[in-house]
Order: sequence, then structure tokens, then C-alpha cells
Amino acid sequence: MDLLGYGAFFLTTALIFSLVTLGLNLQWGLTGLFNVGLAGFVAIGAYTSALLTTPDDAARLGGFGLPILVGWLGAMLVGGIAAAITGIATLRLRSDYLAITTFGVAVVVQLVALNAQKLTGGPFGIGFIPRPFGGLAETPLLFNLSNLAVVSVVTLIVYLALEHLSRSPWGRVLKALREDERAAISLGKSARFYRVQAFAVGGAIMALAGALQAHFTGFIAPDNYLPALTFQVWVMLIVGGSGSNIGAVIGSILVWAIWAGSGALTSVLFSPEQQARAASLQIVAIGVMLCVILLVRPNGLFGDRPWRPRFGKRVRVATGESGTAS
Amino acid sequence: MNLQFVVDGLLAGSMIGLGAIGVTLTYSILRFSNFAHGDFMAWGAYATLAVVGAIGAMFGKIAPMAPLSFGWPLIAAVIVGMAITGLLALLLDMMLFARLRAKGQAIIVVMASFGASMALRSLLEFIFSSRPTYFSRAIQIAMPVGFGIRVTPDQIALLLLTAVLVLGVHLLMTRTQTGRSMQALSQNAALARIVGIDVAKIVRVTWIIGGALACVAGVMIGILIQIRPFMGFDMLLPMFAAAILGGIGSVPGAVLGGLIIGMAEAGAVQLVGAEWRAAVSFIILMSVLFVRPIGLFGVRER
Repeated sequence: MDLLGYGAFFLTTALIFSLVTLGLNLQWGLTGLFNVGLAGFVAIGAYTSALLTTPDDAARLGGFGLPILVGWLGAMLVGGIAAAITGIATLRLRSDYLAITTFGVAVVVQLVALNAQKLTGGPFGIGFIPRPFGGLAETPLLFNLSNLAVVSVVTLIVYLALEHLSRSPWGRVLKALREDERAAISLGKSARFYRVQAFAVGGAIMALAGALQAHFTGFIAPDNYLPALTFQVWVMLIVGGSGSNIGAVIGSILVWAIWAGSGALTSVLFSPEQQARAASLQIVAIGVMLCVILLVRPNGLFGDRPWRPRFGKRVRVATGESGTAS
Repeated sequence: MNLQFVVDGLLAGSMIGLGAIGVTLTYSILRFSNFAHGDFMAWGAYATLAVVGAIGAMFGKIAPMAPLSFGWPLIAAVIVGMAITGLLALLLDMMLFARLRAKGQAIIVVMASFGASMALRSLLEFIFSSRPTYFSRAIQIAMPVGFGIRVTPDQIALLLLTAVLVLGVHLLMTRTQTGRSMQALSQNAALARIVGIDVAKIVRVTWIIGGALACVAGVMIGILIQIRPFMGFDMLLPMFAAAILGGIGSVPGAVLGGLIIGMAEAGAVQLVGAEWRAAVSFIILMSVLFVRPIGLFGVRER
């Protein structure tokens, strides 16, 4: 029975991760937009939903006590707007600028979460976030299973919507822009407009995932949204194969299994005072894994993205030593 | 308002500027923004610390040079540390970046640098633990120099060192054949190759310069503040902001950008409080991207 409960808990976390990965897949896999600050967008969603749904609290702003569903919609809205602004600022420039700016967004969100006590509760975070089946908390198994059901349904809806989107005319424009920007523009498609849309929708999905996580654990703090989160999700997407939605989901479950498993292993193998060190070794291993996959199998498990060089851009892109690179 | 922020800003600006030179050179010559550059700083600082320890073990305790908090061991160690950091950058390029560059998609290299940054930083945490350490625990007396400003001898020495290094890199870039080849490569890679510039050599020089300067910046942070595994990662956003503000590819621009951001940070610390320091570079970065994305001394990309 315990095992079943743990299995449900594990899958719930993994599915919330896979929701973030699906958002990243829309941004990177489908559209080629590089987001290294996704932890920031997840945090925006979590804090927005927490502010909207928690009961009134004198120590900080709000606590509006709204229904959970309103919190989730609000999270998506705010996350989408934040992503749209980021996109508008940078998407007319080189792709690296988007990377640097999203990195900055994550730093600033972390800063606000830590320092704007009135809004976010500071380092202690926000507690008493209503849980969808709080009444069932007495029986952990039922509680975990019902959480899993909710998260599964949300993930399934997002998954189906994204599958539909990527086959729709809208998704085909995004793919065309990714594969050959000049050809797509010459057909009259505004590259920047479509990219901002894709980035905003991706940001909204990430924010939704943050909100789900917040209501699932009932407590959030700035520490949940460190750069390590961004990194985990990137590894999940690359392992699953960027461009494939099913790959994003399976990659998330797989990497989360490796992560949780190696975490359990280190807690068995190392003495308590060595735990922090062992945890950093875990990140080293995952970082090396990311680099190796990029080198050896850039398509991941299910990736559809053809990594052939784009001839129009090659001279600008490649400055490799080998004579073949230009 | 206390004028002390001028000195604080100059010092912060020197550290940012030295790092930003490496960022801007990598960006303009190798065409990617290297997220692992901050971790070169941390590695440089820890490598220097390790060498100082080794020298201490060999020669016993050595008294610091009169007004400064450090003696010749640190100076010797910085030089070794610069070499180690340059080699680390070269090694990373050989094992990872060069191979991905050959595949031809720049943004994959950025992602790999993000993964490498995470791995490098956590490796430091594993070896040295995340507890902060120091080159010296001695406390220096700050001398008043008028206008309510106080400086320590260390701070003066490090500002002078920065000036010498920046001048050196500038001369290298403008007066030597290697430097001119670097500029040629950043302006037009294909043409540079056609006129027979040895691209592999220029790439090596770029990494060594970037790594060595990152090491110096890391040691400066170590002397003036403290050494932590995250010290370089926290400098990443200011460095990128400085490189973009100065204009990608411009060494004087990177240094000026660093000084502007350092000053703005120091001013913000006085006006709104130290906890908001990191937001300053983000605000500057966003304004540059909206108003003048090519930066102060940048050239429009062809």
C-alpha cells in the first residue's frame, strides 16, 4: 500500500515536471527559442496562484481566497504576459540575447521572491495554499491518488492541445520558421509575431505547472525555483528528444526516476554530513549526461528535429577549426 | 549621499569588466554566449587558493608585503592559476564546444555551456564544499583619501592591476598580428579564413585570454569579498549585461560597460539596499536591448 502511495506521489511530481517540459518543448523543440530562465516562469505561476487562492494574511498583500481554478487561470495569464514581454524585448535580436534575458528573468524573479516580503513572504515563502483534495489528507493513499488523477488530466489536456497545435496551420508556421526563416518570411509570415506567441503560450504552460505544484505541496519558497530546476527540465527535454511531445513526457518521467533514484542511493551510501557533497556530485553527473547526449545523440529518444546544418546561416554560425565547418 | 560608492563601483566594475572581456571575445570570435564563463572565475580563484596552500606547505609561513594583505605566494599563485584556468577553458573547448561547433548550430553550444557551467560549479562544491573561504582573514585599515572616501591598500593595488591588464589586452588586440587576426575573424569569419588566418590558433588564444582574465577577476573577488563555488555564477548576469552594453566584440566597451554597471550597482546599494543589487544589471540589460541593442561601441551584424 505504501508502495502504491509512493508510486502515485512520484508520478504526480514527474507529470508536473513533464508539464514544464511540454512548455519548453513548444518554445525550443517546435520554435527554436532558447529559455534558460524557465524556473522564473514556473515561480511566477506558483506565486500568482498562491496569492490568489490563499486565505487573507495580514503579513502580506492579498490572500484573496479565490477558487483554485481561478488561481490556475491567473497563473497562466501572468506567466504568459511575462513571457510575451520577454519575447517582445529580445526576439528581433540574435537568439543568444533571448537566452541571456531569460537567464536575467530567473535571477530577478528569485530576487523578488526573496526580498519582496509584502508580496511573496520572503525567504519563508507562502504556506497554507489550498489543496484540491485537502479533505482527504487523512488517508494519504486516497489523497495521493486523487492528486495524481488531477495532474494526469491536466497534463493530458495540455498534451492533446499541444499535439493539435503543432499539426495546425499555426504549428506548421512555427516549424517553417525554425527550419528556414527566410523562406517562411518570404511567404508573408511575421517571424517575430509568431515567435512571441509561441514563447507566451510556453510561458503560460510553465506557470500552470508551477501553480499545480504549489497546490499539490501546499507550500512554496524561493528555494524551489533555483537554476537547478531549469537545468533538470532541459535535461528532461533533451533526453526525451526535443520536438516530440511524447518524448517530453517520457523524458521527464525517466530523468525524474534517475534523479529520485540516485538521490535515494546517495542517502543510503553517504553519511549525513557528506549528503550535501553527494548532492552536488549528482548535479555533476546530470550535467555530464546532458553534454554527452548533445554530442552523441542530439535527437534524444524520440526527437524529430533534424539537426542538419542550415546552409543559409552556416557562415555566420560556424567558426569551427575543421575546414568542413564553413 | 556618501561618495564611497565611487570606489566600490570602480572595484565591482573592474571585476565585471575583466570577466566581460572574456565573454565579449568568446561571443564575437566563437559566436556563442558562454554560460560557463562565470565558473572559470570560480575555478581560477580556487586554483589560486590551492596553489597558495601548496606554496605555504613548501616554504612555511610567509609574511605579507607591508601594506597589502598578501605576499609573493599569492602573486605567484595567480600566475599559475591563470595558466590553469586558460587550460581548463581550452580543455572544455576541445572536449565539448569545438565538436558541437563543427556540427554548425550555435545555440546547441550555448546549451552545452549551460550544462558545463552546472557541472563545473557542482564539482567545485563537491571538492571544496559550499562553505565560503578567504585568501586572508586579516582586516585591513582603510585610509581616508578625502571627500569621505576610504580605500584599503589592496583595493588600490587591484585597481592598478586591472588598469594594466586592460591596457595590455587593448594593445594586444590593436598592435599585434594575433590581435588583428582576432578582430578579422570576428568581423568576417569566411574572409579571415580565405586570407590564411590560422583559425585554430586564434580560437586557442581567445580561450586562454578569456580564462586568464576570468581567473584574475575571481581572485579579486576572493581578496576583496570571499571565495564560494557560486561566486562566478552570480557574476554572469552583470558580465553579459556589460558585454552587451559595451557592444559585442569591443574590449574597451566591455570594460566601460563593466564600470558603468559596477557604479550603478554601488549606487543602488546606497539608495535602495544591497538585496536588490542583482536587479541593476537586468534593468540595464533590458534598456540596452530596447534602446540600442548593438551597445555603445558595437557594430551592426552583417
